[in-house]
Amino acid sequence: MKVLMTGNEAIVRGAYEAGLTIASAYPGTPSTEILENLVNYKDDIYCEWAPNEKVALEVAIGASIAGARSMAAMKHVGVNVAADPLFTFAYTGVTGGCVLVSADDPGMHSSQNEQDNRNYATAARILMLEPSDSQEAKDFMMLGLELSERFDTPVMIRMTTRVCHSKSMVEIGTRVEKPLIPYERKIAKYVATPANGKVLRKQLIDRLKRMEKYSNTAPINKAEYNDTKIGVISAGIAYQYAREVFGEEASYLKLGMTFPMPMDLITEFAGKVEKLYVIEEMDPYMENQIKMAGIQCIGKEIIPEMDELNTDIVRKAVFGTDTGVLQSEKVAVGRPPVLCAGCPHRGFFYALRKKKNIIITGDIGCYTLGSAAPLSAMDTCFCMGGSISAGHGAAMALKKGGSDKKVVAVIGDSTFFHSGVNSLMDVVYNKGNSVSVILDNRITAMTGHQDNPGTGYTLMGESTREVDIPMLCRAIGIKDENIYTVNPLLLDETGKVLDEALSKDEPAVIIARYPCVLKAFTDQDKEEFDLRPKKCYIDQEKCTKCKVCVKTGCPAIFSGEQITIDQGPCTGCTVCMQVCKFDAIREVE
Amino acid sequence: MGEIKNILLVGVGGQGTILASKILSEGLIQAGYDVKMSEIHGMSQRGGNVSTQIRFGDKVYSPIVGKGEANIIVAFEKMEALRWFEYLKDDGIMVINDFEIPSVPIQQGTAKYPEGILEDLAAKAKVLVFKAGEIAEKVGNARTMNIVLLGALTKAMDLQGIDWESVIMANVKKGLEDINIKAFHAGADQVK
Ligand SMILES: Cc1ncc(C[n+]2csc(CCOP(=O)(O)OP(=O)(O)O)c2C)c(N)n1
Repeated sequence: MKVLMTGNEAIVRGAYEAGLTIASAYPGTPSTEILENLVNYKDDIYCEWAPNEKVALEVAIGASIAGARSMAAMKHVGVNVAADPLFTFAYTGVTGGCVLVSADDPGMHSSQNEQDNRNYATAARILMLEPSDSQEAKDFMMLGLELSERFDTPVMIRMTTRVCHSKSMVEIGTRVEKPLIPYERKIAKYVATPANGKVLRKQLIDRLKRMEKYSNTAPINKAEYNDTKIGVISAGIAYQYAREVFGEEASYLKLGMTFPMPMDLITEFAGKVEKLYVIEEMDPYMENQIKMAGIQCIGKEIIPEMDELNTDIVRKAVFGTDTGVLQSEKVAVGRPPVLCAGCPHRGFFYALRKKKNIIITGDIGCYTLGSAAPLSAMDTCFCMGGSISAGHGAAMALKKGGSDKKVVAVIGDSTFFHSGVNSLMDVVYNKGNSVSVILDNRITAMTGHQDNPGTGYTLMGESTREVDIPMLCRAIGIKDENIYTVNPLLLDETGKVLDEALSKDEPAVIIARYPCVLKAFTDQDKEEFDLRPKKCYIDQEKCTKCKVCVKTGCPAIFSGEQITIDQGPCTGCTVCMQVCKFDAIREVE
Repeated sequence: MGEIKNILLVGVGGQGTILASKILSEGLIQAGYDVKMSEIHGMSQRGGNVSTQIRFGDKVYSPIVGKGEANIIVAFEKMEALRWFEYLKDDGIMVINDFEIPSVPIQQGTAKYPEGILEDLAAKAKVLVFKAGEIAEKVGNARTMNIVLLGALTKAMDLQGIDWESVIMANVKKGLEDINIKAFHAGADQVK
């Protein structure tokens, strides 16, 4: 039976059919749906959200060593976090097959950078497969687990946004159970001391040779000979663009396994074609290896080295044909993402932006939108967990340099559990004085509402113990009197707490606790917070059109001839009501 | 290689483009086409735009449509029609739902909703404009607006050989099948 599936769904199907039993991940676009779908097979596969990607990969590694087929999934930048175990796992190898799915995001649809994770395969020396549609995503997942066991190596499946999120037809099969491989203690293999490491390092070189030999004969690295005037080497989604642009005439070498590269096969192919193109998205990853082997080819001289490719770009680059497109002189106004109506982050940032003489180090999540106008209350954001540690560094620099500026670090609950906890330890341990704000909206909102260690539920839908953030801060060493919990939708209170925390010359933590308006409220949420549906409206007789309410950036407020509140999206959070000086905004009775 | 047809459905989060594209791709698969579909809806919950790209033919490679390649664009919102206009083929058709959803900069008064979009696009390409929301309301349920637009699309693309009614029946909420089928035909009637 054939079914239309996204690449992510196909990865899941492949894992299921190949008898995988353990999976761990941390959410991140475009990889998130992998575990969200895998959990549909929870009777057969144990699935979990880890607090971060390093933990997720280590869980998969442990499962493999214990004899199960396992996987970890993450977005490209997640592999940076997981890189430490990955590089040594390449030395030790596996027991049960283990696959790391890396979902790259060329064009940065929803990421902070567009790094090309194929470079990790070469750097860590792990076998890499690159599917270019959903069928391949499924097939390569199954093959990946098999190759992992055959070559005793972790396997990376490198996806990109268009492979993850595009749908194409997939043939469905049945699951083959893989019983646990009986455990044997193998100290020399799995304890990476320098002495063992040196032996493992040599074995890795041998394994590389065996893997390259396989790559040269692997059925997923296939040549398609047509006219040999033009030859094209391509992989991943770029192959689809190339295949369409060069059409039936050209010859192709389509690579499914891109580390180690099948250099013999490439040499043979290059020898048979007159003009050789290498079409790949982002880095000249294949091209550099091909050129290093002394083979002439055309690649990044014409193909852009950044952003996504498509047929359009490839056609223009290769044939110089610009079809000329329809154009209008009118300009469509953007639809920048904004904090939702009723978002608890809005109240907090509105209170924060009133504070002067501070640097606000931010982090990654919905709350990064607090950096956008009209709130504009954030100075930095670069990686998950960086706000508190960069904030500490900034605070120390300011102090040492004689500045009286203070630092407020702003971080979400999921991001705090991801790696912000370590940063907070640094602040306390090294006697910093920054204020760390944990925006605890009771969920991982940005990536589509995943549970996390603070929500009380697991990915498999079971209720569980939750992290007590104030108690955790206390344990780290923040003084009791410097830990504040506040409802960020209450502006005066939030402002006061900020003043108090900023007045201290020692580490302080503010926990802004209120659930995301879009999340499915748990019984605990309903008990703790007043979540009855409410609405606000503007009394036009009292409204002076001062537009202070508009400056909250709420998407339910319309500023035209009159200022009005759209009753649809309004949640009655009352932030606008609190900022109105003319008592013109009321709650609907 | 048979010709590949390119369809774009563009709109704003919550307008039902996802369901419309699901029905569309299922119908095309039943008709025996190779189909690829690509959705970008990263920030839709937070006010962003959404787009679905559907390509079908004997054999489809790329899942995405390049500029100047769309045989048809169905814009669920007027400004989105303008945003995606350069993706339309010279001889393609632009179906526009005459409906405005201002974005946040417009709401806050820092930008203006562009005027004269319909006239401008109509002067440059083949454009079909109607108020799908009003048609849906007349049929009896404003939420069937997406199915009205789907009806227009299938007629404009000459895809009437496909049994759309059964695909719709299988994909819409129980109890709303008849109203959606009515909406589908009301949409098709907009195409002369
Ligand atoms: C290393 C890394 N992993 C994952 C992501 C993807 N990501 C972006 S925001 C986010 C969730 C943030 O959740 P939270 O901190 O709870 O803030 P909220 O969105 O709920 O406000 C994730 C997982 C990332 N950018 N970097």
